[in-house]
Amino acid sequence: MIRGEHLSKLYGDVAALTPTDIHIRSGKITAIMGGSGSGKTTLLRLLAGLEKPSSGHVWYGDEDLCAIADKRLYELRQSMGMLFQYSALLNSMNVYDNVAFPLHEHTELDETVIQTMVSMKLEQVGLRGFEDMMPSELSGGMAKRVAFARAMAMDPKIVFFDEPTSGLDPISAGVISTLIQNTAEKNRMTSIVVTHDVKAGLSIADHVILLWQGRIIAKGPPDSIRDSDDERVQQFLEGRPNGPIPFSRSTTSYIDDLTHRPGTVRLES
Amino acid sequence: MSELSIKQSAIAVFFGRLGRHALRGLEQLGDGTMLGLNALALIFARPWQGKHFVLQLYALGVGSLVIIVITGAFTGMVLALQGYYTLAKFGSESLLGAGVGMSIIRELGPVLGAFMIIGRAGSSITAEIGIMRVTEQTDALEMMAVNPRQRILLPRIVAVTLAVPLLVALFDVIGIGSGYIVGVELLGVNPGAYMAELIAKITMHDIYGGWVKAVVFGFMIGMICTYMGYRSEPTTEGVARATTQAVVVASVGVLIVDYILTSFFL
Amino acid sequence: MQAYRKVEISVGLFVFLGLLSIGWLALKIGQVGGVGSSGYTLNADFDDVGGVRKGSDIMMAGVIIGRVDTVSLTNSDHASVVLRIHNDVKIADDSFVSVRTKGIIGDRYIRITQGSDDTFLKAGDEIEETESAINIEDLISKYIFSGKE
Repeated sequence: MIRGEHLSKLYGDVAALTPTDIHIRSGKITAIMGGSGSGKTTLLRLLAGLEKPSSGHVWYGDEDLCAIADKRLYELRQSMGMLFQYSALLNSMNVYDNVAFPLHEHTELDETVIQTMVSMKLEQVGLRGFEDMMPSELSGGMAKRVAFARAMAMDPKIVFFDEPTSGLDPISAGVISTLIQNTAEKNRMTSIVVTHDVKAGLSIADHVILLWQGRIIAKGPPDSIRDSDDERVQQFLEGRPNGPIPFSRSTTSYIDDLTHRPGTVRLES
Repeated sequence: MSELSIKQSAIAVFFGRLGRHALRGLEQLGDGTMLGLNALALIFARPWQGKHFVLQLYALGVGSLVIIVITGAFTGMVLALQGYYTLAKFGSESLLGAGVGMSIIRELGPVLGAFMIIGRAGSSITAEIGIMRVTEQTDALEMMAVNPRQRILLPRIVAVTLAVPLLVALFDVIGIGSGYIVGVELLGVNPGAYMAELIAKITMHDIYGGWVKAVVFGFMIGMICTYMGYRSEPTTEGVARATTQAVVVASVGVLIVDYILTSFFL
Repeated sequence: MQAYRKVEISVGLFVFLGLLSIGWLALKIGQVGGVGSSGYTLNADFDDVGGVRKGSDIMMAGVIIGRVDTVSLTNSDHASVVLRIHNDVKIADDSFVSVRTKGIIGDRYIRITQGSDDTFLKAGDEIEETESAINIEDLISKYIFSGKE
């Protein structure tokens, strides 16, 4: 079980995340959803320990991720996996070495055993036979599937997915969603999925957290989110340009800007 | 009145900017030193990074070999030509070997060598690490329980610190050799005089000085270039900017430290 | 793995080449060891060595046959010089040592003029016959003073 307590993150003076309490249930899929700039990726990075929060704690059981020694952190991470938005394959290695990387690093397994395991993981994502290709030769969707295979290489207990379906065609996106759902169920792993893909998020998650401007505006099972009477939630789900969440980020009046009225023309800084 | 206030504010802006840059530079110096030392402290930590060290020695050391051979050869050749022209005016062409050797071993070998290595290896260190950050590869390593400071920064710093003295020694030998060819074969200086004066005038003290410089420059290049890459803004423009900055800062740093070291060793 | 082997071999060659260069610089140019530790030593006392230093050349018939090991002041009035000579150079008992200058303003060096005796000096022996540096300023001032008288 992962618990975020009073988590916040400031970048300079800008608050990416205002103090937030969050609860991730073990063995379930939690989807963190929200528009761009809503702080969902920041929240994911805090939970994964990739960044230190400006305030608050991240509890893994009774261990505070922000206070433990590096050695223990790396021990914990051996049972974690992460699928990055742009795959983050190590571009100096081919597909085989990328998927085998965690196994080479942290196990003393025989190369033949590792070969078998890599073949199984690649079969799972439908890319067996692509072992010798380099990351630069792969399409975005294929790279993401390889990255998925790599994230699963150590059969992790906890997996983080950062925008798993973004930038993919509908079929690849569907394949990845199904993969997440199936493996999560089979391995009883705790999954945290950050996405702005409403359809995918609601269909695979057991629990949904909706963020807006660094704040949680709704949480609960997918059905309760669908049925929410919060205008902001409905606007996000339906993708309407106007509503309580304004599409325009401009803070000055449009007509003033067009007519160059004194005091409203932006000054060069 | 209003003119005066504008003038004052321009001065204020100038000093404000100067102060800001100075503070930022100081902050980066501290941050970079901490990051580099933090990485170096992991040298004895398990797992042992020997294989990655060898790979970096290959990429940075062997990769810079050709450019060092070329620059070393032409430096020696032009020194012989210039030296001969000057020395011939005093009728002391026999001192050519000493002149070429002294310039190369004490000064040009370490400094020119360092410049070429910054251009060839240093820039590639910064760009490579920067790209790893943009594409989240460092985060991926972190999540796969591999410390990127130990895996990425440490082998590069150690490899470049070791490669620079080796490359500089090679530069020295090739420079002296090519100076010999130009001086003796082309300009007709007595071959015995070239080597005898070289051996007589250059002491072990000169050679030590050159080595100390080479080791210090290598360490500086490693620290600066890894830092610039690791702390580059994670965008494509950020990496490009960091690479330029790494080359500029490392080159200027080499010249400044060269002066300081020379003043100690004279 | 095959590729890594290749990398290892070229890195090995690179390091070897670098160390070879360092070795050549140190042994050939810098003369670590060199005459410094081989050869045998002779002593000689001079009233004035006129700028001969550690490492100055020792020549016989214009050929370098060794280097000066140490120069020190003895009894607060004269200089003792330790000469290190190549092993294959034999110096007769009645040889003669002088401090000379290369050209008019060049480096000081020590010249040994071979004697005619059949017995040769052994390591640690002293060369009795010495001639100090010719000091040009002394010569000039002597000339000026003698002119005044």
